[in-house]
Amino acid sequence: MDRTVIGLTVGFALVALLGVFVLPDWLMSQILIAFSRALAVLGLLVLWRTGLISFGHALYFGLGAYTVAMLGKDLGITEVLITLPAAGLVAALVGFALGFIIRKYREIFFAMLNLAFSMVLFGILVKTEALGSTDGFSVEQPTLFGIGTDDSTTKLTALFLGICVIGWLAAIFVHRYLRSILGNLTTAVRDNEIRVEYLGYSVAEAIHGKYVMSAALAGLAGGFMALALGQVDPESMVNWTVSGELVFVTVLAGPGSVAAPFIGSLVFELLRTYAFELVPYAWQLIVGGTLLAVIFFLPGGLWSVISKLGGRSRPSDPPANREEAGR
Amino acid sequence: MKSLRYAGVLGAGLAGVIALAAPMPVAAKDTVSLGIVAFLSGPAAGPYGVPGRNGAEMVIDAINKGTLPAPYGTKGFAGATVAAEYIDESGGNTKQVSEYRNLVQKRGVDAIIGYVSSGSCAAVAPVAEELQTLTVMSVCGTPRIFEEAPREYVFRTMSHATADNIAAAHYVKEMMPDVKSYTGINQNYAWGQDSWRDFSLAMTGLMPDAKVSDKPQFPKIFAGQYGSEISALSLDDAELVHSSFWGGDFEAFILQATPRGFFSQKKVVLTVGGVSAYRLGKRLPDGVAIGSRGPYGILVRDRDTPLNTWFIKTYRDTYGEYPSGAAYQYAQAILATKIAYDKAAEAAGSFPNEKQVREALTGLEFESFAAPVKMALGNGHQAVTEHMYGIVQWDEAAGELGLRDVKVYPAECVMPPADTTSVEWIEAGMPGAKC
Repeated sequence: MDRTVIGLTVGFALVALLGVFVLPDWLMSQILIAFSRALAVLGLLVLWRTGLISFGHALYFGLGAYTVAMLGKDLGITEVLITLPAAGLVAALVGFALGFIIRKYREIFFAMLNLAFSMVLFGILVKTEALGSTDGFSVEQPTLFGIGTDDSTTKLTALFLGICVIGWLAAIFVHRYLRSILGNLTTAVRDNEIRVEYLGYSVAEAIHGKYVMSAALAGLAGGFMALALGQVDPESMVNWTVSGELVFVTVLAGPGSVAAPFIGSLVFELLRTYAFELVPYAWQLIVGGTLLAVIFFLPGGLWSVISKLGGRSRPSDPPANREEAGR
Repeated sequence: MKSLRYAGVLGAGLAGVIALAAPMPVAAKDTVSLGIVAFLSGPAAGPYGVPGRNGAEMVIDAINKGTLPAPYGTKGFAGATVAAEYIDESGGNTKQVSEYRNLVQKRGVDAIIGYVSSGSCAAVAPVAEELQTLTVMSVCGTPRIFEEAPREYVFRTMSHATADNIAAAHYVKEMMPDVKSYTGINQNYAWGQDSWRDFSLAMTGLMPDAKVSDKPQFPKIFAGQYGSEISALSLDDAELVHSSFWGGDFEAFILQATPRGFFSQKKVVLTVGGVSAYRLGKRLPDGVAIGSRGPYGILVRDRDTPLNTWFIKTYRDTYGEYPSGAAYQYAQAILATKIAYDKAAEAAGSFPNEKQVREALTGLEFESFAAPVKMALGNGHQAVTEHMYGIVQWDEAAGELGLRDVKVYPAECVMPPADTTSVEWIEAGMPGAKC
């Protein structure tokens, strides 16, 4: 077992225990929302390590959310063991199809092409009155093994534990993937595509694979967000501002570790909450200012602070063990 | 093991977060704390959020001092001082749902009042039920809130958006009976689509001979440029144009259409034109018909009742301008809550609990600042009021915007009865409407 896996397991177990026994309900629901978003950020992290940033992952986020909501509304399927995998699957399929086009582009073209596709879905949803247009519609009561509950605390606790388990699994999966040969190609692709081709790997296929993975994670994230909010609408699920938030959290968190998206996302959520509370007229200023400060002073994101704190306690660590700190 | 230290760092961080986030002390019993939600930033802040917040602030101040006109001159909510926290409605529904939770679970407010956007209302209504918190919606229009599901904790103290468009159709029939065809320009989002649907359905029932254009315009919301839409409408044979534009889009449309002679060529009915009437002043062209989502704002400026006179005078003294629709609508939601607290306290003989307040608010009938309000629909949770339209006429002598041919439509004429949904009612030809 490598130390990241142990760290993740301890961390998620700690959060889950704290959530169930200590934390107040409002903080649990913030963690629920933050961790849902973090799943999508985890996907963006994979792309970012490849040197790609997408301004359009709200496409997959929204597809996931609407898949969960529409399965309940139109087919009466509320079982989360069906709806959540379906959310990931739909997003992955669309990601796979669009990937054939998108994998040819890099840098700003990659970012903007994603944005364009996401705004197409946004436009369609806004024009669809049957889906409530911009008002959206509510998500049916979710069930697990056919059991649903009206009690708000029970429901919150169940969803909270659910996101802890899924977040833990997803983080470990992505971590393992990044350690595999294909995963290790991420940085290689970013650094020099031609050399990667000479090594006998297809850059296009490597990027395609990562793209589908990030799409599936974003779809799963959207599905969970739909359950957490109980409501889907284009503005808060598919609009470019959602993509912007995902990129914001990616930059805030830093690409250093698969744990970073979860911490960054929670900080982002709490930051907005306190900005809302303290300066209701200029909360955007606080949020934007924080991002600027992070970019200026912490180019490695929040994770660089944590890894520094973790590393400082034993300065004699061999450099090999500190590879993540330096990113 | 280094990973354990990482976990330790994370744990310490989380502990810090918890310490930081420790809930505020519960408000003392002599205070009722309200969360008031309105757009404080973004495009809806100017036309809705800020006047709404002002109206709420002014009335809360008067309630705490006991200076509201009779019969509401008692101090506070059932004697308790009202403390208000203002929250921005922008940031999307995700943000609104978590802010709602924060207001209730973290900041411990007793009730939440506000919301302009139908999207926010639809998103928070189920959460309000889940968290069992009294929620009084002040402005949002969608009839779905109470037609979709019965609500126990959610109330709305003004008519929903159906009334705007049914009243518009009645006004067109009464004032422009020769209209042979009509079209519309509405923003392409839920509000605009619903408005056009309700208006065209109501017109089909009320003026079956008037033809609906097959080219109603649906520009993107916040587009700001309407040159091609104005050309398309000008080329359309339809004599009448319906629009539910508001805020910056409304003003941009008026300013871009006026120099093209659009308003001398077409008859125009603007369902929420009243919202921007004071801002535009002389630039709002003579002869257009405007509404203000009910008996509010410029439509009731000359209504001479003690409550309305007090409202207009105090608002002008405090903020230096006439109160627009949202100021009335937020004030009305606060007033309704005060009356419910007072009534519940009287019935209980002591300070009422949350359930008693809800019972008092259910089915409540009261005289608001401009007109009577009846909580008649949605099992007594959805208000109905009369509705008004008038035609703009610049008053040269007074140097301010005036209205002529103001018509009042009773609530029973423009709002559906309790046992049917809005769309079904209009489609059925509005049976039982008393006009």
